[in-house]
Amino acid sequence: MSDTALSRPAGASRLPALSALGPLLALILLVILGAVLNDNFLSAGNITNVLARSAFIGMIAVGMTFVITSGGLDLSVGSMAAFIAGVMILAMNALLPSMGVGVPLILVGMAIALAVGLLAGLANGLLVTRAGIEPFIVTLGTMGIFRSLVTWLADGGTISLDFAVRQLYRPVYYSGLFGVAWPILVFAAVAVAGQVAMRHTRFGRYCEAIGSNDKVARYSAVGVEGVRLMTYVLLGLLVGLATIMYVPRLGSASGSTGMLWELEAIAAVIIGGTALKGGHGRVWGTVVGVLILSLIDNILNLADLVSPYLNGAIQGVIIVLAVVLQRGKSSSA
Amino acid sequence: MSAADTSPVNASPGPVLELVDVRKSFGPIEVLHGVDFALRPGEVHALIGENGAGKSTIMKILGGFLAPSSGEVRLDGRPAPYASGAQAEAAGVVVIHQEFNLAPDLTVTENVWLGRELGRVFLDHRAMREGTRKLLDELDSRIDPDARIRDLPVSDRQMVEIAKALSRNARVLIMDEPSAVLTHREVEVLFRQIDRLRAQGVALLYTSHRLEEVTRLADRVTVLRDGAVVRRAMRGELTEDGMATAMVGRDLEDIYPARRHEAGELALEVRSFSVPPLVHGVSFTLRRGEVLGISGLVGSGRTELAEGLVGLRAASGEIRRNGAPVRIASVREAAAQGMAYLTEDRKERGLLLDKNLRENLTLSTLPRFGSPFISAAREEAALTRAIGDFDIRAPRRDMAVGNLSGGNQQKLLLAKTLLSDPEIVIIDEPTRGIDVGTRSQIYAFIDRLAREGRSVIVISSDMPEILGLSDRVLVMRQGAIAGELAGERISETDVVRLVMGTSEERADV
Repeated sequence: MSDTALSRPAGASRLPALSALGPLLALILLVILGAVLNDNFLSAGNITNVLARSAFIGMIAVGMTFVITSGGLDLSVGSMAAFIAGVMILAMNALLPSMGVGVPLILVGMAIALAVGLLAGLANGLLVTRAGIEPFIVTLGTMGIFRSLVTWLADGGTISLDFAVRQLYRPVYYSGLFGVAWPILVFAAVAVAGQVAMRHTRFGRYCEAIGSNDKVARYSAVGVEGVRLMTYVLLGLLVGLATIMYVPRLGSASGSTGMLWELEAIAAVIIGGTALKGGHGRVWGTVVGVLILSLIDNILNLADLVSPYLNGAIQGVIIVLAVVLQRGKSSSA
Repeated sequence: MSAADTSPVNASPGPVLELVDVRKSFGPIEVLHGVDFALRPGEVHALIGENGAGKSTIMKILGGFLAPSSGEVRLDGRPAPYASGAQAEAAGVVVIHQEFNLAPDLTVTENVWLGRELGRVFLDHRAMREGTRKLLDELDSRIDPDARIRDLPVSDRQMVEIAKALSRNARVLIMDEPSAVLTHREVEVLFRQIDRLRAQGVALLYTSHRLEEVTRLADRVTVLRDGAVVRRAMRGELTEDGMATAMVGRDLEDIYPARRHEAGELALEVRSFSVPPLVHGVSFTLRRGEVLGISGLVGSGRTELAEGLVGLRAASGEIRRNGAPVRIASVREAAAQGMAYLTEDRKERGLLLDKNLRENLTLSTLPRFGSPFISAAREEAALTRAIGDFDIRAPRRDMAVGNLSGGNQQKLLLAKTLLSDPEIVIIDEPTRGIDVGTRSQIYAFIDRLAREGRSVIVISSDMPEILGLSDRVLVMRQGAIAGELAGERISETDVVRLVMGTSEERADV
């Protein structure tokens, strides 16, 4: 950065435009509102609670940002999380007699979760890129498939992790480092890595180029199908990671695990300023979007202002509002 | 073809549509400085000027899409009663945009009647189809009224636009570079329609970068430069040279570079190369330091051949680079062989219109700018160099390239394509829709590439361009090489003869 004349334009593009700060302003307003409404809101316990709950959707939403930015969509992530949780728990229970309760068993379980996530993402990605089916259709299909598979595996009930294993696994959700819970740390790492990947690596640049105009990308020597495939695989891996952090919380999986996560993840991406039609992704915006959604939920629960049952309605209004506000700045890159 | 019956009307009737001292500002910048301009019935009025001279602004104001900042638009001598494009159409003022305003998935008939469908509760399909057929018959066109726009060639789409305009009883027809996307033969058809409309008393505004068309068509010429009228002339008063000089504001030497006569060793050999379903059995060679022109009608397989060569389309046949056989299955592999292709469709295939200059410039060579992290500083440095080397004029470096003028977009695309330092450059329609000044710059770039020892293939529908640039010309017809001309044998008649096919009177386009 020795040459100031040259570094200026680069710096300008890194600094978000004023309109891009909308979601951030909304987040700050929500924090102030929460603090005014309830003294407990800013307590360490509540903040940890909000952030830890945001972490699962958050990791998935970061992956979703890449899928949407490159012009895709994945409706299957909620069902995928349930399916991964089911397979992971069944596998750990099955391996318990041979491996015994211990860290290796948990590590194997985690590896299985990531592997299943990778395979599920690969399936989605291959159907989109190789078979050339619309992402909406593909993932609508796999959404049903994953959900039905986990219900079948659970025989309509609940798959529970062995009690002893659960005790050992619990700290992954409930404990942390320097007082910060593990899910929050992992989410933060994913978010930072995602932001850097989107802004400063070829992968991120190619995602934006493909979402902006895939023909131009193809004519520019970009491996369009490969990059697209990668976004789904990445998302699958992140769903696996989110499941790894989620399973120790309840220690079980059922047909209703991860219900509507896909919609929350997509909503967070859109609120954060990523265009649904692709072409422009903003990972930090997605993080802000996730926090906005969980804060609304949290504030409604803490304050008696509005019934918590109206949570969904308020989130819906926020989503529509975010898109309306975005429309005004569609010309700025 | 005959222009005998199209001489200007002797007693000029009063104007139908007129701009009186019109000014237009966008923000603090005034782009039109008091323009007077009039369209008269039965007359073709050509409006010419370089990109950015203000032609589109004038057309938009005439067509009701923009309101002037000051001054007046008059229809039949009274203030124009419209404030939108739709109202202008209802008043008989129809604009045919360069990007057509047709719904690609609807049929010809559905498009012609869009928004004014016949029938009360249910659509009267038969009446609409008959009406469309009658309109097309009037235009001497044999387009099927039930064909989908998507399936029609560009020239037919243009005809549908004209039919649509006629069905609206257009009294004023504003055509924004209608010939830019047409081939030689299709342009002739268009001209016949224009002559016919003129004879019917329609007032026509015609814009084109091809000055010979202006000479052929226009009863009246207005030259714009930097938002002001710099020259008005009647038919025959202004030569093409005179027009170009007026547009640019300085004398233009011959816009084509001097010839080179030093072809080096073989760089590329192509043998029995086929790109199904269109191109079959094409063989040719390319030497270093040579400009090879490829001519032919749109649909003759020129673009398909080029896209096959660089791996954008599935192809079969033999390609030898510097004597060694190579296989190229993707643009990336083509780049590895030192081959680059610059598309004819810069807006849909060449550039990301909503991204800035830097991201567009480096997109195809991103691995050179750092791994795993892209160095923004190196990208900026490359952009600074490209802006200097290619004389790219952009108000801001971080603006979206969609807001650049066509000429600057093309220069950026050229810079992007050459960033990979290719030895073989295939340029498809290098100057489509680009003004004379920029055109001569691009010709100079092409010449420089050849002088640097690179091989250049220029695909073009513009005959003077092919003749002016090429050391050798290949002519394609119906997916095959119809002939090759070199040196003294490159003449317009010979090329046209090969393009059309000597034995055929009627070419299938």
